[in-house]
Amino acid sequence: MSVPVLAVEHVYKYFGDYPALRDVSFSLHGGECLALLGRNGAGKTTMLKILAGLSGAAQGEVKLFGDSPRQASARRRIGLLGHGIGVYDELTAIENLNIFAQLYGVSKTVAREWLERTQLAHVADSPVREFSRGMRQRLAVARAFLHNPALLILDEPFTALDDRAIALLQGLLADAKAAGRTIIMSTHQLREAMELATHVALIERGKLVHFGPRTPEMLMDPGYVYRTFGAV
Amino acid sequence: MIFLQVAAKDLRSELRTKESLNASLSFAVVILLLFSFAFDPSGEAVAEFSGGLLWLVFAFAGALILNRSFARELPNDCLEVLIASPVSGAQLFLGKSVASFVLLLAIELICLPIFGIFYNITWTPKFWPLLGVFLLGTWAMTILGTLFSALTVNLSLRELMLPMLLYPMMIPALMSAMRLTTILLSGNDIGGDDLVWLRLLIGFDVVFTTLALALVETILVR
Amino acid sequence: MEKNIRLGIGAMAGLLLLRNLYVILFNLPDEMEQGPIYRIFYYHLPAYFTAMCCYMTALVASVLYLTKRNLRYDAIAMSATEVGLAFAAVNLITGMIWGRVIWGIWWAWDARLTWALICWLVYFGYQRAKNSAVLSIFSFVSVAITYKAIEWWRTQHPGPVLSFRTGQQLIDPEMERMLYTNFFALALLAFVMVTVRLNQENLQRQIDGLRRRAHAL
Repeated sequence: MSVPVLAVEHVYKYFGDYPALRDVSFSLHGGECLALLGRNGAGKTTMLKILAGLSGAAQGEVKLFGDSPRQASARRRIGLLGHGIGVYDELTAIENLNIFAQLYGVSKTVAREWLERTQLAHVADSPVREFSRGMRQRLAVARAFLHNPALLILDEPFTALDDRAIALLQGLLADAKAAGRTIIMSTHQLREAMELATHVALIERGKLVHFGPRTPEMLMDPGYVYRTFGAV
Repeated sequence: MIFLQVAAKDLRSELRTKESLNASLSFAVVILLLFSFAFDPSGEAVAEFSGGLLWLVFAFAGALILNRSFARELPNDCLEVLIASPVSGAQLFLGKSVASFVLLLAIELICLPIFGIFYNITWTPKFWPLLGVFLLGTWAMTILGTLFSALTVNLSLRELMLPMLLYPMMIPALMSAMRLTTILLSGNDIGGDDLVWLRLLIGFDVVFTTLALALVETILVR
Repeated sequence: MEKNIRLGIGAMAGLLLLRNLYVILFNLPDEMEQGPIYRIFYYHLPAYFTAMCCYMTALVASVLYLTKRNLRYDAIAMSATEVGLAFAAVNLITGMIWGRVIWGIWWAWDARLTWALICWLVYFGYQRAKNSAVLSIFSFVSVAITYKAIEWWRTQHPGPVLSFRTGQQLIDPEMERMLYTNFFALALLAFVMVTVRLNQENLQRQIDGLRRRAHAL
C-alpha cells in the first residue's frame, strides 16, 4: 500500500493530568473521508488541532504525507475549517482571499474564481463585517478550499451553516473526495456526514473506541454507531 | 519574504479601523501634555530629561499598539488559521513585529515635533541620528512586545500583563535609548564614552531578535 | 517517604539557622566600622546567592522543558522562581534596613539596588504569566544585560568582599566562614521550599485533571 495521507500512531495528549487523548491510532489514504464522532469534550477538536499542527502530541507520532505536521510542505496541503470562520471582519472578501492566496503561494485569479464559486463575487469589495452569517460561512469555505488542499480538516463543518452553505460545502466535499482528496471531519450532524463518509471513528473520553469503514446500517440509522460501539 | 505580506495584512487591518492607532496617538499627546505639569517645560533643564520623557511616552503608546498585535487575530479564530498555514512561526512573528514597528514609529515621528513645540526643543539639526536611535529603540520594544503579545493573547488580563512583562524587561534598551536621545536633543553628537550605549542598544536588538525568532514556534504551537 | 525526607532536611535547615543565629548574635564580635548592624550581611548576602541559585535552576529547567517537553520541568522552573523571589525579597529588605542605618536612607538609586529591584520585577512578571519557559529564558538574558547597563549608569553599593571575588582576604576568615554556613542553611531551606511548591504544582495538575474528567462525564 502507498504512504497514507494521514497516519496517527499512539498519540497521547494531556491537559494537566487528564488524558484528552489516549493511545489514538488510525490512518487514512487518498479519497477517503472520515467522520469523527463523539460527544462534546471527548477529544475530537483536540485530535483535529494536533493534525492541523496547532498543538503538539505529548507522545506518539502524527504524519501528514509522511511528514511532520509542522513542516511547511505538509501545511501547504491542508485546508482547515474550524469553529471560527478564520477571515478578517475589517477587510473585504477579496482582500481576505488574496491574503490567504499569498500565504499559500496561489495566484490571485484563483481567489476571484473562488468568490464566484461561492456566489460572493457581487460583494467582493465589501468588508466582511457587513456580511450576513451565511455569506461569512461561504467565504470561510472559499478560504479553506482556496489552495486545493489534499487534506481537509473540518471541525463541525455543518454546525451553524445555513442551507445554501451546507449544499455548497457538501458539493465541494463530494468533488474533493472524487478527486482523491482526503477528508477528516468531526461532526454531530450525522445525516449530512454519513453520506460522504467512507470511514467512521468514535472517540469516547480520549479513547478511539471504533474505527472502520462506514457500513449501510450507519447510513440508515444515524444512532447506530453510538449504540453499537459506545460504552456510555 | 512572506513576513512582509503578514505585515501588510496587519497594517491594512489597522489602517482600516485605526483602533489602536487613534488610541495610542491621543494617549501619547495627553501624556506629553501632562508631563508639562510634572516638570517646568520652559526651564533650562528640559533637554536633560527630554530623552527620558520622550521614551516614557513611546513606551506607553507602544503598549497600546502591541496589545493589539496578536489580539487582532482572536475574533473568528484567525490565529489558528494563520498557524496552520504554511507560514512558519518565525515569519508570522516577524511580520507582526514589522507591522507594530511601522505603526509605533509613525506615532513617534508625530510626537517628536509636538514635543519640540511644547517643550521648546530644537530637534531638526539632529534628525537623522535621532531617527537611528528611534529605529533601534523601537525595534527593541516591538520585538519583545510582539512576543509577549503572543504569550498573553489567551490570558484574561492581557492588557495588564503585557506592560508588566514588557517594561521591566526592556529596561536596558530603554536606558540606552533615553541616554542617546538626551545627548542628541542637547545638541551634542554621540561619541566617546557614550558609544557604549549605542553598542548596548544594538546588542539588545540582536540578542532578543535571535532569541524570539528561535523560540516563538514553541509559544504558538502548544 | 518523600515527605519524611523533606521534613528531615527542613528540620536540619531550621536547626542550622537557629545555631547560626546564636553564633552570629553572641559569639561573633561587632564589625570595626559599622558596629552591630553588619550582622545583617549574614542574611543579606546568602539570601542573594540563594535567589541566584533559584533563578539559575529555573533557567536550566526551562531549557530542559523546551527541549524535552516534559511539564515537570516547567513546574520546577515555576517553583524555583517563586522561591527565588522570596529570597530576593529578603535580600532587598535586609539591604534596605542596612541602608537606613549606614546611609541614613531606606532606598538609594544605586546600581545594584536598582538592578535587584528590576530583577525582582522581571521575575515577578514571569511568575504571574505562568506556563512559559520562554519568558524564563528572556528574563535571565534581560537581567544579565541589565546588570552591566546599570553599572554604567550609577553606582554606590559596596564592592565585593568575599575572597573568591577579590582574590585577597578582606574580611575576617571566621566571618567569611559564617557567611558560607548561613548560605548553606538558606540553600537547604530553599530546596525544601521548592520541593513543597513542586508538590503543590503536581497536586494542582491532578486537580485540574480531575476537574476536566468531571466535565467530560
